[in-house]
Parts: sequence; structure tokens; C-alpha cells
Amino acid sequence: MLALLAETPALPLDEAGKYVAGAYVVFVVLLVVYVAIMAAKLARIERELRDLAGFAESHADGEKAALNE
Amino acid sequence: MYGKGLKPLSIATVAMLAVSLSLVFFYAPLDADQGFIQKIFYVHVPLATVALLGFIVGGVFAIAHLRTGNRRWDAYSYVSIHISVIFGVAVLITGAIWAKASWGHWWVWNEPTLVSFLIVFLLYCTYYPFRYAIEDRERQARYASVFAVTAGAFVPLNFLAVRMAQSLVHPRVFATSNGGLPGSMMLTFLCCFAAVALLWVTLVKFELAAKSASGQIKRLRRALDAPGSGANSRIAPEVS
Repeated sequence: MLALLAETPALPLDEAGKYVAGAYVVFVVLLVVYVAIMAAKLARIERELRDLAGFAESHADGEKAALNE
Repeated sequence: MYGKGLKPLSIATVAMLAVSLSLVFFYAPLDADQGFIQKIFYVHVPLATVALLGFIVGGVFAIAHLRTGNRRWDAYSYVSIHISVIFGVAVLITGAIWAKASWGHWWVWNEPTLVSFLIVFLLYCTYYPFRYAIEDRERQARYASVFAVTAGAFVPLNFLAVRMAQSLVHPRVFATSNGGLPGSMMLTFLCCFAAVALLWVTLVKFELAAKSASGQIKRLRRALDAPGSGANSRIAPEVS
């Protein structure tokens, strides 16, 4: 890896470097924020699904008990 | 249903983004005029192009919704516009950074390219309050589709008007005269464009999959909570 980096041309990270880095960081940060929001949504969906599964199971148990009686 | 093919699409997007970034920093030559700052162009221009195309695609989906009345097209239109607005935020920020580095100002108000994009962006920002101000779901979808069609038609007109206008300082990347991009820069740009377009498609599919899952859960919840409606017995086998 170090040898590969040594072979690559040096990037002129002087004055312009911080602006270029800034632009690409903005792009990456927006992506990461989006992924984080999607992860939160997924967690909520999973939680709701678990609640529903619990509700359906208790409902089914109740019906079975009523039938046995 | 919406999640179908999402895994290979995500892998292709990540691979394409990695290839594109490698080309940007290790293959594309430095611009003779702008130097290293020009590297911003490889993220800024594809984002802007894909965002504008996304707005048009949202309009096309809205036409399909108005023609068929199928709510699925309305969801496609909404998500297309939503992801394009997010890309629009990235365009404005990366553009401002480039402007500061190149012109010494974050924003130039008398430049038609910048102002026209801001107008399009702000127009689409009004889509959300406009949509959610209407309570009735059917009317909401219909009015939002009319908005998406009208605004979608405005995007290419706006683009053409800006192309025909005399640019003050903003560079014309695909100039019709005096050459355009050299081959290596064009290849890098096309890879970046493909990567950003793939990213847009992937995010749209992610958003649709999440919305579909939420919708199904809501349906399930309504069906299970319905007292003595008979819906319980119809839905229960699916849950189990």
C-alpha cells in the first residue's frame, strides 16, 4: 500500500486542497447523514414490526383460549 | 417489492464511486487554467445534472399518475423529487466552495447559472409544504402531480434559457465551440456522472423500499386494530 502511494503523483494540497477536500467532504457527509436517517427509519420499522408480531401472537393466543373454553 | 435488486445496485454504486474517485485524483490531469480546484467539477456538475434530470423524471412519473390514477406513480414522483432536492443541497454547497476558491466569493448574484439553479431548488423546496398542506390524500397526490409536471417542464426551459444567456463568470463545461473537455477528463467526468446517477437510482429505491415497508406496517396495524371487522382473520395468516 505504501509502495502504491509512493508511486502515485503527489496531489497539490496547498491553497486549493482545502476547498477540494471541503467539497468532497460535504458530499460524503450528506451521504452519511442520509444513511443515518435511513438506519433510524429501519430501526423504527423493525420496532413496529416486533410490536405488531407481539400483538398478533397475543391475539392468536386469546382466540385459541376462547376456542378451548 | 421495491427492495428487489437493491443489493447488487448498492454494490455497483459503491464500486463506481470508488473507481470515479480514483480517476479524479490519480488519472485526470490538472486543469491548465484552474489547477487543482477544477477537481470539484467532477462532483459538482454530475450532482447538478442528475438533480435536474431527477426533477424531470419526477414530472414524468407525475404524468403517469395523472393518466392512470395509480398511487404508485405518485410515490415514485415524490421520492424522485425528494432525492433530487437532497442532491440540490450538495450542488449549492459544492458550487459555493468552488466559487469561493475560484472567484473569491461564496455566491455571485448576477450570474444566471447560479441564480437559475437556486430558483429551481427553491421552487422544489415549496413542493413539501404545498403537498402537506392538503389533508385529503387523493387531492394531495393529484395537486402534487400537477405541481411536479409544471415544475418539471420549467427545468429544461430554465436550462435552455441559461445556456442561451451570456454567462458572466461561470464556466461552460460542454462548450459548443473551442473544444470541450480533453479525452481523459471526459472519461473521468462520464464515470463520475454514471456513479452519481447510480447513486440517485439506489437512493430512490432505498427510499421507496422504506416507504413501502412503513405503508405495509400501517395497513397491518389498521387491519389488526379493527374491532370485529373480520379483517383480523384475513390478515392473521399472513402475520404468522
